[in-house]
This record gives sequence, structure tokens and C-alpha cells, in this order.
Amino acid sequence: MRSRFDEQLTKLNDMMVEMGALIEKTITLATQALKDQDVELAKKAIAFENDVDQMEKDIEALCMKLLLQQQPVAKDLRLISTALKMITDMERISDQAADISEIVIMMAGAPYIQEPEKIPQMATATVKMVTDSVDAFVKKDLQLAKNVIEYDDVVDGLFDEVKFRLIELMRADNANGEQCIDFLMIAKYFERIGDHACNIAEWVIYSITGKQVVKP
Amino acid sequence: MNKFSLADVNLWYNDFQALKNITMDIPANMITAFIGPSGCGKSTLIKSLNRMNDLVEGCKITGNIMLDGEIIYGNIDVNLLRKRVGMVFQKPNPFPMTIYDNIAYGPRTHGIKSKFKLNEIVEKSLRDAAIWDETKDRLKKSALSLSGGQQQRLCIARALSVQPDVLLMDEPTSALDPISTSKIEELVIKLKKDYTIVIVTHNMQQAARISDNTGFFLLGELIEYGGTGQIFSVPGEKRTEDYITGRFG
Repeated sequence: MRSRFDEQLTKLNDMMVEMGALIEKTITLATQALKDQDVELAKKAIAFENDVDQMEKDIEALCMKLLLQQQPVAKDLRLISTALKMITDMERISDQAADISEIVIMMAGAPYIQEPEKIPQMATATVKMVTDSVDAFVKKDLQLAKNVIEYDDVVDGLFDEVKFRLIELMRADNANGEQCIDFLMIAKYFERIGDHACNIAEWVIYSITGKQVVKP
Repeated sequence: MNKFSLADVNLWYNDFQALKNITMDIPANMITAFIGPSGCGKSTLIKSLNRMNDLVEGCKITGNIMLDGEIIYGNIDVNLLRKRVGMVFQKPNPFPMTIYDNIAYGPRTHGIKSKFKLNEIVEKSLRDAAIWDETKDRLKKSALSLSGGQQQRLCIARALSVQPDVLLMDEPTSALDPISTSKIEELVIKLKKDYTIVIVTHNMQQAARISDNTGFFLLGELIEYGGTGQIFSVPGEKRTEDYITGRFG
């Protein structure tokens, strides 16, 4: 009875998965570039931003078309409005991965004072959050969305650890200041990526249950 | 405040049970929409609210319908009930007489003879139905010369002319073009300040646009009844969800 609408919703899902995969790749590249101080890799990560922006526009256009043509209600309405909100957060995530890559390029001139071991952990954790939040949307998995929100504490904890370590390094030697601040910004970007993944998960919960998540 | 209170309403057309245990309150000065697939009982229910079903042979009703706390299936004057509870139908049905006489007909049958008073009622009713400007210079012309959308607004004006409390509307825009439809919708929203409105509609978006509360009916049962925003964004019943999203119906 509504097979065309269902086909369009499947297409929306596919596009969300594709955009999710793109931002995941952007974060992974930025992280690898950070670990290896690899300028070329960082540039590659930045280049992905255009693809993500295009993806955002395409999904937005599809959602607008669905709103116009199908005048969705109930869970269809929630699904489409959720997709519209999610892509804003997804695009911000890719911006932040690009910001990280830019700092990597700026830091490329000098070797690291110390291997930034906790930051890759943050990267792994945030990639997981992003992937899971998009998966939760596609699979309509309420528990997975809730897990993402809980997992944000892990990222916040790692951020605090990184911050205290950097403060120590700065206390030890003033000359460490510049690099420490760069690392702190990188860590902050990862922490923000985690927050955006949380926003996505909150929208997924709304899409499934119809209830807005009340922030503590 | 509730305009209508329905308790355990069952209705049969001979052996066929068209309404099953309907219990609901219809609040005053609000727009209440009835939705559901054809044959679900929504039109039957709306007609029960001013006893239009009395005219159907083999129709039997049990349970209670109260209007302002008064049982309407008791010993009451049905003409007075229908004066208080007006009705507008799917197809505009103006009487084959002048625009003026269409509006003055009701008040005249209720005993108003003063020309001055009738003029006043005709103008006010046409104004309230947002059709005064289009008809004021042709009041003596036949109502059948109006367009479909104008005829429907004339019928609303005619219903308003006897100063009802409630306006029942059975798919009032299904025979109209989009411009006439939006005029009627705007009008209905304006009218709820002074009237209680119950509307049957097959147009889901119309129910979502104009009504405050929505009841979903299926096979004679009231499946779900609540705030329109709630019903169309987070329906509580799977059957409601399936119907409004077009998965069956």
C-alpha cells in the first residue's frame, strides 16, 4: 500500500549508514595522522569533509522531499525529523575531525614531547560511540542508543586524565606549553565528538519512543 | 468543560452493531476530529449526537449521551436539540431558494418574523461563516448560483443562523478544492471560540492541522482518543499507528 514510501525510507537509512561510515573514516584517519605525525593523512582526513557536507545536503534534500510528498505522521514523522537532526551533529563531528587534522599539520614540525597515549583511546571510544549511535538509528535499537549515552562518561573520564597529564607536563617545563595546549584542544575535540554522538543517540531514543531525553 | 459526555454507547442498524461501547467526553470550544476507515462508525457516532439516526429505520441505541449534562435520548424536544447541535454535510446542500432565504429559513421556523431581526441574523451568520463579502450584493440571488466552496460556507452560515452550541461536520471539505478547503479550515478554527466543533474527516492532515483532540475508530470501536499532537506524533495504539501511517485502511 505504501511501498514507494518504504523504499524511500530504506534509501534514507542507507544514506545515513553511508554518512556514518564517512565520518567514522574521517575520525580514524585524523587519529592515525595524529599518532604518526603524518601530514598527508591529515590532509586526506580534511578532504573528506566535502564529501560529508555533500552527504548532509543530499540527506536533507531527501528528508524535505519525504516531508513534502508523504506528509509523514507518527513513527515516520519521528524517524525523518530525527534524521534531519542527526545529520547536523554528524556534520559537526566531521568538522571536529578536520579541526584535529589541522592541528596535526601545525604540530608536524616538532617531535612529540611524549606519546599521546590516552588520546588514541579517546579516538577509539568516540568512533565506537559514533558508529553505535548511527547503528542504533538504523536498527531502531533502543538499548544501543542508551549505551552510547552511558559510554560518554568513559570519554569524559579519558579527557580528564589527558588534561591532568598535560597540566603536569606544563608544570614540569614551560617549554612544553605550546604542544600541551595543542594536545588539550585535540582532546577537547574528541570529547565534543562524544557529545555529538550522545545527541544523536538522544534523537534515536526520541525516534523510537516518542519521548525526549531529559538531560541531567 | 465537557459539551458531550458519552457512556457505553452501543448502536445497531437492525442486526448490525455499528458502535460498540463508546465512552468519551467531547470538550466545549474545541475541535474534536473523528478518524478511521470507511465503515468504522465515525459518521454514525456524529449523527447520534443530534439524533439524526432517529430517522434511520431499525436503528437502536443504548447507553448515555449527555449534552451539557442532559440526556439527549430521553424525553427532550428533538427540534430544540437539533437547533443546539447543527450539522454540515459532505456535499453542500443549499435549499433551492435565495441566499437570504437559506439563512433566514431556520430562524423563521423558530418563530422569528421581524424583518429587522432577520436581516441582522442573515448578516451576522454570513459574516461568521466568512462569506458575507462575497454574497452581500447578491442576497436575493439563488444559492445554487454560488460555487461549491461558497455553498459549503453558506451551509455553515445556515447552521449558525439558529445560534447553535455545537457544529457537527461530516467530511465538510471532501468535495471542495484546496482553496475552498483551506477557507473552511480557517473558518472552523475561528468558530471554535464560540462553538464546539466535531468533525469527521478522511483527510489525516486536516485532522492534524485543525483539531485539538482526535478519536480513532475501527469496526465500531473507539480505539484511541487523545490530544491531536499526541495521536499524530506518538500514538499509543499500534492500530492507530498503522492506520495513520497508511499501513492499512
